[in-house]
Amino acid sequence: MAERLIKNYSSPGRKGYSLPPLDVPDLELEEYVGNKYSRDELNFPEVSEVDVVRHYTALSELNYGVDSGIYPLGSCTMKYNPKRNEDIARLNKLSQIHPYQKEEDVQGSLEILYKLKDDLAEISGMDEMTLQPASGAHGEFTGLLIIKKYFEDKGIEKSKVIVPDSAHGTNPASAVMAGFDVVEIDSNEHGMIDIEKLKEAVDDDVAALMLTNPNTLGIFEKDISEIADIIHEAGGLLYYDGANLNAVMGYARPGDMDFDVLHLNLHKTFSTPHGGGGPGSGTVGVKEFLKPYLPRPVLSKKEDCYTWDYDSPKSIGKLHAFYGNYGVLIRAYSYIKTLGSEGLKKTTENAVLNANYMKNKLKEEFVLPFEENNLHEFVLSGVKQKEKGASTLNIAKRLLDYGQYAPTIYFPLVVKEAMMIEPTETENLDTLNKFIETLKTISKEIEENPEVVKNAPHNTSVRKLDEVKAAREPDLRW
Amino acid sequence: MDYVSNTNKERNLMLKEIGVEAVEEIFSSIPEKVRLDRELDVSGGMSELELKNHINELAEKNYSLDEYTSFLGAGAYDHYIPSIIDHLISRQEYYTAYTPYQAELSQGTLQAIYEYQSMIAELTGMDIANASLLDGGSAAAEAVLMAARVSRKNKVLLSSGLHPAYREVTKTYGSPKDLDFVEIGLEDSTTDLDELESQLDDEVAAIVVQYPNFYGSIEDLERIQEMKDKYKKALLIVVANPITLGTLTPPSEFGADIVAGEGQSLGNTVNYGGPYLGYLACKGDRKFMRQIPGRIAGATEDAEGNRGYVLTLQTREQHIRRAKATSNICTNEALNSTISTIYMATMGKQGLKEVADQSFKKAHYLADKINELDNFEVVNFDNFFHEFWLKSKKPINKLIAHLKQNKILGGINLSRFGEEKGLLLSVTEKRTKAEIDELVELMGEM
Repeated sequence: MAERLIKNYSSPGRKGYSLPPLDVPDLELEEYVGNKYSRDELNFPEVSEVDVVRHYTALSELNYGVDSGIYPLGSCTMKYNPKRNEDIARLNKLSQIHPYQKEEDVQGSLEILYKLKDDLAEISGMDEMTLQPASGAHGEFTGLLIIKKYFEDKGIEKSKVIVPDSAHGTNPASAVMAGFDVVEIDSNEHGMIDIEKLKEAVDDDVAALMLTNPNTLGIFEKDISEIADIIHEAGGLLYYDGANLNAVMGYARPGDMDFDVLHLNLHKTFSTPHGGGGPGSGTVGVKEFLKPYLPRPVLSKKEDCYTWDYDSPKSIGKLHAFYGNYGVLIRAYSYIKTLGSEGLKKTTENAVLNANYMKNKLKEEFVLPFEENNLHEFVLSGVKQKEKGASTLNIAKRLLDYGQYAPTIYFPLVVKEAMMIEPTETENLDTLNKFIETLKTISKEIEENPEVVKNAPHNTSVRKLDEVKAAREPDLRW
Repeated sequence: MDYVSNTNKERNLMLKEIGVEAVEEIFSSIPEKVRLDRELDVSGGMSELELKNHINELAEKNYSLDEYTSFLGAGAYDHYIPSIIDHLISRQEYYTAYTPYQAELSQGTLQAIYEYQSMIAELTGMDIANASLLDGGSAAAEAVLMAARVSRKNKVLLSSGLHPAYREVTKTYGSPKDLDFVEIGLEDSTTDLDELESQLDDEVAAIVVQYPNFYGSIEDLERIQEMKDKYKKALLIVVANPITLGTLTPPSEFGADIVAGEGQSLGNTVNYGGPYLGYLACKGDRKFMRQIPGRIAGATEDAEGNRGYVLTLQTREQHIRRAKATSNICTNEALNSTISTIYMATMGKQGLKEVADQSFKKAHYLADKINELDNFEVVNFDNFFHEFWLKSKKPINKLIAHLKQNKILGGINLSRFGEEKGLLLSVTEKRTKAEIDELVELMGEM
């Protein structure tokens, strides 16, 4: 089943490319730059075009994508990636443009970006967006730098950012990168922010609270208005991690919940493909008073002309060499124009309906640590199964044997043996039922024959991989 | 149009199962106070045909490199891209997959990353490389932050030959840290080495130079290495365009500790600046391995002793270490690094060299011809690779407009960067002698 490395296809003198013959006078690099700067050898593969095609096709066959089947990774929102968006992003007129062409040359693209920005602001309830951040974590970093700059500009010193213990790992990591100290607060017995603990943690040194709402358990923070008041009264700002916006789109807007800054993961809510780990896009939205601090350049419209405005003296600067992940932005725009407000709301409803249906069908077999109403995702605990000899990791690996991808596991950290399940709206009832049945089957296997689950996976191209060996004896290249 | 599969009948069945009458009831956990009491004002609901017409109408307003001959570079290059790349990365198994957390069902992505790391390490001459960063600017920035952690020093010497946008991104990333950025000016078109020497001291965490630099010139890395070696802690970061390393000596030969930069030129379309990919390669000692940001794939064995790949050294990363991670990066540019992997494999040992070589020769042919004209002067005529800095006696904007009327995008006006005056021209292997001759002829008409 294994596929050898591309270098093992190599045969001296073999070629997989052709270029037109050189049609200008020859000039020896070595003569011009000297021996010192002229490379002796490049030990790259020598392979034919067919070798390359066969090899990377063979590799792809060892992967599983959303088009293969359900991909229920909680928080990751693995919904279907519409093909038309791929075609649109590849249009020559849209993709064959250079970032330093003059604005007058690229009015079509700028108009798309401008409209996208407007739509995202309306969907999230914010006043202005920047499209520059290239991932969710990049967006968090951008948003926190904006907060930092705002306080510096006002001459107020603040050093802390509060992060709930159920938050994504990027939240505390981004806060530290932005120069803040992180204060982590425990959730209460309902999996939500503990108001009393929050009050204890808040003082005038707190710059921001970072919150995902609904949180990573899929539960909406019902005390959101009170939380916002507590933070704002202490002079801090409220940051919204938009990883779960797909749970409330069309039903509620972070801006209306009094969030001051947010990022949106276009590769989650707005269907752009994950690409095996990127590219993504983490567009950032702010309320009016934070507009001066947005990254440079700001896309503006003057009369009927779209321009990049570099004249923003209070800006935090640039976070990307150009304007962000443009190709991803084009796909997100296509998605939004396909759905419109009606489709967006229907999408939210079905994401939530699918998750609740699954939870209902699985809550007997597995432990449901929080009874609260969840929205687009839910978290089960595998503690019952663990007692019988198979861990959540084993269950995840066994799912692969059944040709289905595993949920997010061991996250959020507040749940033991966590399985975080997010089916998304694009899965149909049959697929949901099949996944539910598979999980139940695995649970039965644990009772009857735990070894088969503990030693999973059995049917994948490789068996369970030794991660300890990988870390102890790093083999990071050929 | 939407992408929901379930019918009303199925939805009703599910609602019944959950025990609610209508889907709105599930949203009752959202307090009324923050619930949206109107419909969103977002136009759309388009069929595929309507969508494509709508987008085409907008796209028509662009002037694309399809119709215009481009001599634009400055960090985004119009190289030949083999057809097979888009066919291969359009396989859903690559582009619709998630980060390879379940390694056993993600061996394709993981092995592609391992091959990418191998070829980037080979190309730069370094020991190891990560799986990718967000773009060239953020890669330069992450390299600086990494150097500060490794050296435990805080003075950063940034060459003015480093792309102005990369400098700005680096300073943005560095702003919350206690870093002291010093910009080293230019002498002619390369880093002023006297100034660099005068700024070097025991507090220096890193010297950052670009190779070839923003103006296309090759920095004297040998002398920079000599200077750096006098200070034990200081690291040398070389920001290199990987295409040029097809024929240029790899930075490792000049004592580079970290090599980082933009991987776009390796098979990615110009795409108005993104998505691209940042690459980062470095020395392989433990102290570097502990501080390198981003994902890394490694080879290991499965339960039966067969070779396989996993994400490894994850205790550096945010999902494990949270506030103590080396970087906050999670999503990177995996599909773009797959593109670059396939590109490097396809072009191979001879192809990458030929691309670099032809770009070099064609750029020099253009510079030779331009230098024969009265109104123009190539500033760095004696030292450039495939990009050069032109000074003009004629107004630059008039020149650019004249060329554009003739369907040529004839370089980037340096005034947009607010530092030096002139025009930056770049030539890749894609440009033909006829196109170059036409450019020269039009310039002669000025």
